[in-house]
Amino acid sequence: MEKPYRQSFTIQGKDFCNAGGASTEIKAILKDLGIDPVVVRRVAIATYEAEMNVVMYADRAELALEITPQAIRIHVNDTGPGIPNIDLAMQEGYSTATPEMREMGFGAGMGLPNIKRNSDGLTITSVEGKGTTLDITFHIN
Amino acid sequence: MACMRVCPTQAIRVRSGKAAILNDRCIECGECVRVCPNHAILPLTGSFSELSKFKYTVALPSPVFYSQFGKDIRPGTILNALKQVGFNDAYDVACASESVSIAIQEYLDSNDSPRPLISPFCPVIVRLLQIRFPNLLENLIPIESPMEIAAREVKRLKMHELGLRENDIGVVYLTPCPAKMISLKQPPRKKHSFLDGMIAISEIYPTVLQVLSKADGRGPEQEIRGLGLGWPILGGQVSCLKAEDCLAISGLSDVMRVFGEIENGKLRDVQYIECHSCPTACVGGALTVENQYIARGRVLRMVGKYGSVPCQDRQKIRELYEKRFFSLVGDIAPNPVQPLDSDISKAIQKMHQKHKIHEILPKIDCGGCGAPTCLTFAEDVVKGQATVDECVFLAMKTFESLSGNLMEAVLKHSRKIRGNVEIKNYET
Repeated sequence: MEKPYRQSFTIQGKDFCNAGGASTEIKAILKDLGIDPVVVRRVAIATYEAEMNVVMYADRAELALEITPQAIRIHVNDTGPGIPNIDLAMQEGYSTATPEMREMGFGAGMGLPNIKRNSDGLTITSVEGKGTTLDITFHIN
Repeated sequence: MACMRVCPTQAIRVRSGKAAILNDRCIECGECVRVCPNHAILPLTGSFSELSKFKYTVALPSPVFYSQFGKDIRPGTILNALKQVGFNDAYDVACASESVSIAIQEYLDSNDSPRPLISPFCPVIVRLLQIRFPNLLENLIPIESPMEIAAREVKRLKMHELGLRENDIGVVYLTPCPAKMISLKQPPRKKHSFLDGMIAISEIYPTVLQVLSKADGRGPEQEIRGLGLGWPILGGQVSCLKAEDCLAISGLSDVMRVFGEIENGKLRDVQYIECHSCPTACVGGALTVENQYIARGRVLRMVGKYGSVPCQDRQKIRELYEKRFFSLVGDIAPNPVQPLDSDISKAIQKMHQKHKIHEILPKIDCGGCGAPTCLTFAEDVVKGQATVDECVFLAMKTFESLSGNLMEAVLKHSRKIRGNVEIKNYET
């Protein structure tokens, strides 16, 4: 088994200035590897949504990227309020965003559904008051 | 090495004392042409002599050209001057820009393809999409450029008026930048162009200036008007559109940032983005003569004076649009930068190596190795286009340990970068 490529990123809650930094770097790595542009775009959209969720709701998170010849995995582990009802959060249009966040164009309740739509696998685990873990998978080819 | 540092896509390496351009990364923006202190990088430009093969020649000046001369010189006067310097006729492009603006508006109103739509008129932007953002090629609005529309129109007119064949008429665009020239020679789409060549504004400027300074008792002038006059400045296209959800962006670093956001799924409620590679748009092209800010001021003045009266009948243009008069046909193929390896497993291993190498580099992007950044150098090493010992700092380490063969190690290294240029001793 060949060694997968791994890189990790730290995302700071409420840091709107640097939001999107991890997805930008990840995109560059995928393009360097010659990954199909369609896959790159799906990863970009899903990673960006995951990153924005951390920036808007959590305190901080570790985002881990893992690439094998078969798949790309994004693992996001945040410290934050957690999601009380995951099924509800997965519904399109459901949002707990504040009016300020919506004013900035965020919080349309499309975050998690968008991640699901753009990925080949999404697992969410969450503990209220502690944090949320996302495991997102994309197949290559 | 100024060119290497300024290149927005890291396409230049310095090898054996000379700058080399990596074609798969170059987006032909011309930044290197602009900064080279030795004028060693030359764009391919056309010249007058190429026109001798045509029976009839027409110059196509855009408002950028009008903005190069004194603020009180009317566009019509400049058209007449072009006829005196050797062209049989001169045909204004601003009016075609107005028609194209109407066509863009029609497209925005009648089409629900993915938003935001991106303007295709700056060839550097198209190249950038092919190389770096292939995902966004489908966002390019498929509308023909004003210079091409103008060329087609003037050929049709002259064929009709003078009974000439298309091949008898040579139509030449007066270009503000090398990118437009390259886009004519190597078009991103395979299609027939009605343009026969381009001449740099900087090349024709002196002759036209001479004629303008002598001109007295001028003959009748064509009146040039319409909002198309504003096209060469940032926001010029957008100001011709009614949609409020339109943006105008310029400068490659900003453009790349915005394209990155679009890739992330943002800006979907923006209708149209006018994009320019040059920070001040076309008046700042590398082949212009006048100070770009002065030129911008003159364009604004022209728009103020002649912009309010349209030069086209909107309804007529709409009918032409319906007949697909403005449609750009054919797809543009993506042309991404070469990946680390065509085999994904090998590419992943090379990515490991790239990061390992980058770790031991000083990360101050000194450029001493001939690559613009430590990261691009690490990539060059992994791709087999450079060796680790070309890093000046790593060479110094070798220098320390090889006290015996010191000079040889240093000279070997330094020759790789400077070629055979002799370095003299400093004497006071």
